[in-house]
Amino acid sequence: MAEKFTLRVNGSNHTIEADPDMPLLYALRDDLGLSNPHFGCGLSQCGACTVHVDGVATRSCVTPVSRAAGHDVVTLQGLGTPEKPHPVQAAYVEEQVVQCGYCLNGWVMTAAAFLNKNKKPTDDQIREALTGLKCRCGTHTAIVRAVKRAAEKMA
Amino acid sequence: MNANTDLSRRDVLQSTGALFVAFSMGDASAAMAAAVTTDGKPPLLPTELDSWISISRDGLVTVYFGKIDGGQGTDLAMAMIVAEEMDVPLKNVSVVQGDTARTVNQGGASGSTGVRFAGAALRQAGAEARRVLVNRAAEKLGVPAERLTVTDGVVSVAGDASKKISYAEILNGGYFHSEIGWNKQYGNPLALTSPAKPKSYKDYKVVGTSPPRLDVPGKVFGTSPWVQDIRVEGMLHGRMIRPPIAGASVVAVDESSIAKIPGAKIVRKGDFLGVVAPREWDAIKASQALKVTWSQVPDPFPDQAQLYDYIRKAPVSKSDEQKKGDINAGFAKAAKIVEVEYEWPFQSHASMGPGCAVADVKPDGTTTVWTGTQKPHFAAQGVADCLGVPVEKVHAIWVTGPGSYGRNDAGDVTADAAVMSQLVGKPVRVQYMRYEGHGWDPKAPASVHKGRAALDEHGNVLAIDFVSKGFSRLETNSTEAEAGDTLAGMLLGHKGARTQAFNLPDNAYTFENKRMAWETIAALLPGPSPLRTSHMRDPLGPQITFANESFIDEVAFAANADPVEFRLKYLSEPRDRAVVQAAAEKAGWKPGKAGTRRTRRGDIVTGRGVAYTQRTNTIVAIVADVEVNTKTGELRVPRVTVAHDCGCIVNPDALRRVVEGNVVQGLSRSVHEEVQFDRRTVKSVDWLTYPIVDIKEAPPVIDIVLVNHPEAMSTGAGEATMRPLAAAINNAIFEATGTRIRRAPLTPERIRASTV
Repeated sequence: MAEKFTLRVNGSNHTIEADPDMPLLYALRDDLGLSNPHFGCGLSQCGACTVHVDGVATRSCVTPVSRAAGHDVVTLQGLGTPEKPHPVQAAYVEEQVVQCGYCLNGWVMTAAAFLNKNKKPTDDQIREALTGLKCRCGTHTAIVRAVKRAAEKMA
Repeated sequence: MNANTDLSRRDVLQSTGALFVAFSMGDASAAMAAAVTTDGKPPLLPTELDSWISISRDGLVTVYFGKIDGGQGTDLAMAMIVAEEMDVPLKNVSVVQGDTARTVNQGGASGSTGVRFAGAALRQAGAEARRVLVNRAAEKLGVPAERLTVTDGVVSVAGDASKKISYAEILNGGYFHSEIGWNKQYGNPLALTSPAKPKSYKDYKVVGTSPPRLDVPGKVFGTSPWVQDIRVEGMLHGRMIRPPIAGASVVAVDESSIAKIPGAKIVRKGDFLGVVAPREWDAIKASQALKVTWSQVPDPFPDQAQLYDYIRKAPVSKSDEQKKGDINAGFAKAAKIVEVEYEWPFQSHASMGPGCAVADVKPDGTTTVWTGTQKPHFAAQGVADCLGVPVEKVHAIWVTGPGSYGRNDAGDVTADAAVMSQLVGKPVRVQYMRYEGHGWDPKAPASVHKGRAALDEHGNVLAIDFVSKGFSRLETNSTEAEAGDTLAGMLLGHKGARTQAFNLPDNAYTFENKRMAWETIAALLPGPSPLRTSHMRDPLGPQITFANESFIDEVAFAANADPVEFRLKYLSEPRDRAVVQAAAEKAGWKPGKAGTRRTRRGDIVTGRGVAYTQRTNTIVAIVADVEVNTKTGELRVPRVTVAHDCGCIVNPDALRRVVEGNVVQGLSRSVHEEVQFDRRTVKSVDWLTYPIVDIKEAPPVIDIVLVNHPEAMSTGAGEATMRPLAAAINNAIFEATGTRIRRAPLTPERIRASTV
């Protein structure tokens, strides 16, 4: 049965009615109209749906909306804007990383959360932090370059 | 270039409101029709210059691109080419693409022909636009056209800059109303002709530079829509139901099984079966809860372990060959014969997001589809065929989707959404689930390749014989232009074209006696099969080149030759030679027979391999470095060196990224990808059952040598590097381990077995 939940997303509160077990992804996309997190697999295997929940990179496709309520959710659009980009977003543009870009939420949100806690990571640490995320276009080498560039800015 | 992106978006909004209206709910096609009929724009014909280029009152140039860009910068290349020919600032040029009401059918994304064919057409259109505008300026200024120059879209008199008029002033917000010639062929081959002579490459100012891509900021900041984001008022969410055994039919559907899910409804027409619900999550739940009785059918597939034997024994449905000289005479004189067979599995497009489309079919048949397909013009035709409405009633609007890399599931989902919308009488958005993205996309064909070479006692090649046998690359058509090209159409009883086609190796080797041949075999299960085969990035290129360039390496080894030297010995074309030499030089290739570059430290052995190919006149050579753990069979690829000649390079920086993506995706297909199936259906249904390359495996160093030939035509770069990668890696593994692997993918199990 549908219940009421209040979600705090990108600094604003939204009250929605949904099944408690509905994944957060559908609340963000369908109820709040925030299109950035993507449906990639619904199985927590690819990362395309990644958002920050209390600063932690989280796969919204397997996170029940009931568990996200009351927590601070940030999506790609909340991370930065063209006027005030997050360093990872700025580096993505500078390195022209994306091809299709569908996977981007996973890499950018995971890298941003990682760099918050890890200053000056090595290439291997960056790869370790991002392992498991999927990109079909094969931009991985460019991703490492961009995350290094962002790390230098954030250090 | 951010400004350019903004302009691009603004232009779209101002021109017709199509994308915006679609994005913010409404009827785009009505807005479109109004826009087309009220402002005097000539009809969308290839012969109208206005179909290709427009100039706004404030001097903004819009290019109408009848293909689409999937994130490799072909739209930017079109803007650059037109800016070059018209002498307008690049930042004032934006591109409209993939909208059937606003662009002429240039074939969609297809065969790496974006720059090659569409770029050539738009170059002519740009040159013609400049010619027409300069002639009109001549009239207005009262000066002969020969005395006029153009700078940043302003025509002025040479030597008297005070006499001038801008393009925008000449057209004054109106249209060219000027004809341009064409070759009367829609699709990829569409070419334009006119009295205008495009610039010499010696005068290029824009082509050959590296401005950033138009689509990157919108993607990175989440501000531009994806096809997945399209919402239309009153829209339902749909999900398809697929049979547990390929080929099974629907016998009965239990409506009560989804009765408790709010608003959920069954959508069925024969074997076409899905569910809809107002809320997306409810549609998903309904698709999972729905109880369906399926018909009993015999197991449609062979054991996967027997696949290659099946291919070898299957009757040939079609064949073709190219011959030169007399191979039998060559083999009769042979001192040594090399005879090998290579095998390549079915592979899946496995797009990052499963297919998604929105369709709004009105009761009178007027239809709008928002689609991520590479070929929206053809998809519109296929949708019309599925719905039984005239194609003029179908408006397809391409919105960027997950990278498709060929005929993936984006065309199928477009037809599914349209059929669902027609059946329920409301707009429907269908998004496939992950299992469909892997399990039900058309597959890259599995194949077997046999190579035979005759050598004399000095290691000279007397004859080469190479035959491929496998499933057709066009069992499912790559264009989606007919109902039978899509799952929906097939489920509704349409028979697809089922064209039988394979390819030959593409290279410039000068062997005196050779035979290159192919044979296709019938599909395992004709119709809506999860193992139907179609185009996947560089259709058959990785398959054939893995086999052919590994085979050539074996011949070089048998001839006691250095693999680079051996190839050069049989290449006489200067551009092919230059590319092979450039790769070897950049990689620091040390000459020697395979094995001589091997190093060993503990369990780790290293090797280097080379491979070369052409792809429709683009030339690529790759040197791959590998490290193999002889105990575990684990493979590392620390460095890949690519030399690449695609003629005239439009944007070197964008090209480098395209090549890089090809290397990493190519690595994935070389070492990981193999569709798993049992006798009943496809078992690769997600990223666990169909692993792809991980960031830990991506080569840390990808060295790229771009060989530019600005005087030559651009021949395409989207797929060529994909082609020789598996062979380069395989040849490097051979150097490292001393044993040949002849079956892809090059998994640790196969590598370990080869090192024992």
